[in-house]
Amino acid sequence: MKSFTKEQVLEEGKNSIEFLKREELEKIQVNRLKKTIERANNSPFYKNIFKKEGIHPEDIKCTDDIRKLPFTTREDLRENFPFGFIALSLNKIVRVHTSTGTTGKPKAIFFSKKDVDEAAGLIARCMRMTGAGPGDVFQNMMSYGLFTGGLVFHYGAEKAGVLVIPAGAGNTEKQIELMRDFKTTIVHITPSYALYLADILEEKGIDPEEELNLQVVYLGAEPYSQKTREKIEKIYGVNAFNCYGLSEMNGPGVGFECPLKDGLHIWEDNFILEVVDPLTGEPLPDGREGELVLTTINREAMPIIRYRTGDITFIYPQVCGCGRTHRKISPIKGRTDDMFIIKGVNVFPSEVERVLMDTPEVARNYQIVIERERSLDIMRIRVEIKKRFFDGSLEHLKELQEKIKSKVKSELMVTPRVELLEPGTLPRTTGKSKRVIDKRRL
Amino acid sequence: MLVKQISVFLENKIGRLAEITELLGQNKINIRALAIADTTEFGILRLIVDNPEKAQEVLEDRGFAAKQTDVIVVKVADKPGGLAGILKELKKSDLNVEYLYAFVKQSGENALVVFRIENTSEAIKVLQGMGVEIISPEEIYSL
Repeated sequence: MKSFTKEQVLEEGKNSIEFLKREELEKIQVNRLKKTIERANNSPFYKNIFKKEGIHPEDIKCTDDIRKLPFTTREDLRENFPFGFIALSLNKIVRVHTSTGTTGKPKAIFFSKKDVDEAAGLIARCMRMTGAGPGDVFQNMMSYGLFTGGLVFHYGAEKAGVLVIPAGAGNTEKQIELMRDFKTTIVHITPSYALYLADILEEKGIDPEEELNLQVVYLGAEPYSQKTREKIEKIYGVNAFNCYGLSEMNGPGVGFECPLKDGLHIWEDNFILEVVDPLTGEPLPDGREGELVLTTINREAMPIIRYRTGDITFIYPQVCGCGRTHRKISPIKGRTDDMFIIKGVNVFPSEVERVLMDTPEVARNYQIVIERERSLDIMRIRVEIKKRFFDGSLEHLKELQEKIKSKVKSELMVTPRVELLEPGTLPRTTGKSKRVIDKRRL
Repeated sequence: MLVKQISVFLENKIGRLAEITELLGQNKINIRALAIADTTEFGILRLIVDNPEKAQEVLEDRGFAAKQTDVIVVKVADKPGGLAGILKELKKSDLNVEYLYAFVKQSGENALVVFRIENTSEAIKVLQGMGVEIISPEEIYSL
């Protein structure tokens, strides 16, 4: 294999598709969208819908024609789990990831060999955009396994030509040791863990700026504020970049900040992006805040059309100063539903509710409180016990507490604290009650 | 032989305790003895009262999770080592004491100890065999 220096790789990037003229980019989009509809027609889910609504690839003449297509929702993915969305025969599929934080039916995302490679290509593009390349040492502190943040990013980093340390999440002592031994220059990390790690470094008397070799930090999997970013940059003496992704759209690398660090470029040769009014579904003009809707246009195994991400953002109306023509979105401002992210895991209160409903000793009324303790996120589930299950035994209450804790942990991958409350203590509200109280200051 | 103890589930809030005692007072229910078992998150208030039926009713009406639990109350000589002998004997018979608490009626006299033992009938046999005086519910309620 031919080897390149970092300079060559970065230079190469300047002639890439990232800087393609808008008209050219849109031509690619239209062609790929047509192909996507053709492909999607092989999946049981879309075949059914296209037939019902009379949708044909020829209907697409420009990117705006995407509006003729129906939305796809999280529920659609769930209801058609596991194989309802695949558009290739199973023997051409090489990988499956499932979404984090789901009970019962998760969302499964399938990749062909080409899909794995294309997803890696996008990550490599993101990394190159931040100046990463051969010679860099990249430590991936995201969890490996079903979560895309580990493996998908890993493949991309290898493609970018950096030395990859597949450290995985947690195990702080080891992380520090690895960073020192291998002189790690780049880490991929959740913002909350970055802050936690900083605390531990301080405790150990290690000055991250002086004693570590870090230059770049990729912050992903959780929303955070500009303030948090600045704090992390200051502590570590690094450039921190915001990355956006979701497993339904490959995982990380859907959107990434360029060196101007003002908004995240969405790779429009791979995704068609729209922002719609979350209530009406009507497309909103660039600059207006709404729900991000994404369509994969370069994926074989599992095309997803007009996916309602639930993430609230807006598209920057102006062209980015870096010269890339792919449009940018603002950092995610919130959710259209009450999903929250804790330790990188997406949690829907409805999933916590399902666990509680399976626990006959507690009432259905509950509250989730999220707090930050020493930079680590804590989820507290407050739930009322049912009168008839109270038998006067402290042991039984402790067992119940443990039971809920381990059930939530095994189904949501987050260990909660469980608070048992007296019956009737939580506020009863009519309609949609406020289940989640997020006390974190992002 | 068995005395009805009222167990009330409590979040660790001192205000709730005040509410319970006030509620019982308003309903003319006398508290004979009381103990709290707690973890950092929650606790159980254990009460011996003169009218357990009524106590449970008023507490439940107010929304508390309250239960009646069978306990054994014995008279123990109020002097050093009084309790130890009883515990030793129970252990010998493999009877597990879930919890106990004591109250002294008047100084110098006998102390009353409330036992919660899973196998109550067996425990009563052992205690009687030792010649320990078991207090009847009527006696407790009318203290």
